[in-house]
Amino acid sequence: MTMQTAQAVNNGVNVAALMGAREALSETPAAARFNWRATCNWINGTHSRSDVQSFFGLGEEQNHKMMTSFDADHPEVFASEDNGPTPVEYVLVGLASCLTAGIAAVAQHREIQLHSVTATLEGSMDIQGILGMDSDVRNGFDNIKVVYDIDADASKEDIEALVAQSQKRSAVFDALTNPTNVMVEVR
Amino acid sequence: MSNLSCSAICRNPRLTSTVIIGAGQAGLAMSRCLGQQSIDHVLLERGEVANSWRTERWDSLRLLTPNWQSALPEYCYNGNDPDGFMAMPEVIDFISGYASRISAPVHCGVNVTEVTQTDFGYLVDTNQGSWLCRTLVIASGAFNIPMIPKAASALPACISSISSQQYRRPEQLQKGGVLVVGGSATGLQLAQEIHRSGREVTLSVGEHVRMPRQYRGRDIFWWMEQSGLARQSYKEADDINRARRVPSPQLSGSTNEDMNLNCLTDQGVKLVGRFSGVHHSKALFSGSLSNVCKLADLKMRRLIGRFDEWAMGVDIDHRVFDQAEFEPTRISSVPSLDLDFSSGEIKTIVWATGFRPDYSWLKLPVLNHKGMLKHDGGVVEAPGLYVMGLPFMRQRKSSFIHGVSDDARALCQHLVGYLDDPTGIRQQCA
Repeated sequence: MTMQTAQAVNNGVNVAALMGAREALSETPAAARFNWRATCNWINGTHSRSDVQSFFGLGEEQNHKMMTSFDADHPEVFASEDNGPTPVEYVLVGLASCLTAGIAAVAQHREIQLHSVTATLEGSMDIQGILGMDSDVRNGFDNIKVVYDIDADASKEDIEALVAQSQKRSAVFDALTNPTNVMVEVR
Repeated sequence: MSNLSCSAICRNPRLTSTVIIGAGQAGLAMSRCLGQQSIDHVLLERGEVANSWRTERWDSLRLLTPNWQSALPEYCYNGNDPDGFMAMPEVIDFISGYASRISAPVHCGVNVTEVTQTDFGYLVDTNQGSWLCRTLVIASGAFNIPMIPKAASALPACISSISSQQYRRPEQLQKGGVLVVGGSATGLQLAQEIHRSGREVTLSVGEHVRMPRQYRGRDIFWWMEQSGLARQSYKEADDINRARRVPSPQLSGSTNEDMNLNCLTDQGVKLVGRFSGVHHSKALFSGSLSNVCKLADLKMRRLIGRFDEWAMGVDIDHRVFDQAEFEPTRISSVPSLDLDFSSGEIKTIVWATGFRPDYSWLKLPVLNHKGMLKHDGGVVEAPGLYVMGLPFMRQRKSSFIHGVSDDARALCQHLVGYLDDPTGIRQQCA
């Protein structure tokens, strides 16, 4: 048993609800199918705006509390207007927020109080790929580095275990490290 | 005519209280317990006693557990090398010797084709006629069918592939490079052996369990046994479904020899991430190698820490040994994400990707959506039906040879209670 602590660990994650959901979904695995969506409209040049609002899950249509829009563009060094982050930077945002959410959830489950969590990400690529200059160079990142600075009531080893477990259960980490079928069609 | 003779056989099944399917260590341990309770029973064995050990293992394999640990109910190792590890002929002798010692009623060469429920109990159809029994014990093993990734079907024709169940020795493989897929005991042992045969070996590694062979002068299984971890009940496991899927630890049956990814790297084996598919005649590997190695290192240190903590509280003589430091698993900063089959670098793939049990003959509503038996500590969700020998079935050690004794005793007690009072409230095992 854990020792009695003066104050309960609170990272703002409702672990009981997550465990309950896992229990409930084991009875009805079909409800575990989620479809995540985004729509994207071209604006001008390399500038586009994507909207995220609805998704499907637990057997029915769902909606975020509000719609969110994301402007994406390329920077001026690419002769663009820089109306927003580049798409690959959104990939880094997705990875960082997925891993960080995982860290909070795992920490809550393991009764570790977090004080601050900061991730610094860097994805490197050789743009000879996207420019079509060398067919041996891939288009995407050839390496992504994530560095976490974490202040928490836990040993370094326990913090490392948090970060490792969060990668193990991360949807975006999985999507980046493993192949995924991508079907692009025109209507 | 043939239909008539079949139904004639089916209508005249032989009767017994209990049928045990499988005469390996699990079935035999149960036979011993039933015999002591004077429960009439038979063991139906598709081949010979210890069949999987005879026919489904590679030549150089030795048990992962030391000899002193090999024990079955009222039977234990009594040779002169307690710290050694049995080779397969010794395992076969050990188990066959037990079958003789307890005069187990084994019917060899009997292949169970179908099990159905009747008013009386269970009808067991075989290639040698039928049996009708009130109680049934499934001891046919957890490792019957190799689990080969679906992507294997997309391999180019120039690549031959073989499962660890069919693999016997390196000479079986054609000359040239080999991709071994699987990071548990089997994958590592085969990678090492094949590499030593003069072939270039790439090892694909997913989530795995790292363990030192010895710690502070004692075998790792000594620590597991003494600290009580091996006897941990399935009811105490944090997440029993996950615990039951944990792959076998990276070990080999050799005193003092560690079997881990660093050793293989030093010997020249190349490490890549989990095999995740085939695309344009390339094998693709996950970019998660660094994390799965980190997880395994952390979990090993946690396990060792648990042993250290236990050792603090007891008076044992090995405290003279220092607590060891373990070198983190070394991996390349940029492990390969693919392997081009058309380059000719690889000629053969060896799948060491685990097994699943075969219940194709079991015509009862006792399997979950993944095709696994629904059971509570070996008590299956059908009256009078039991299973033996599955990973972490009742205790962490359930799938090991030495793990079946406690399970057999507990399930035998439940079974006897059921025979005495089948309508009574289902008994709880001790």
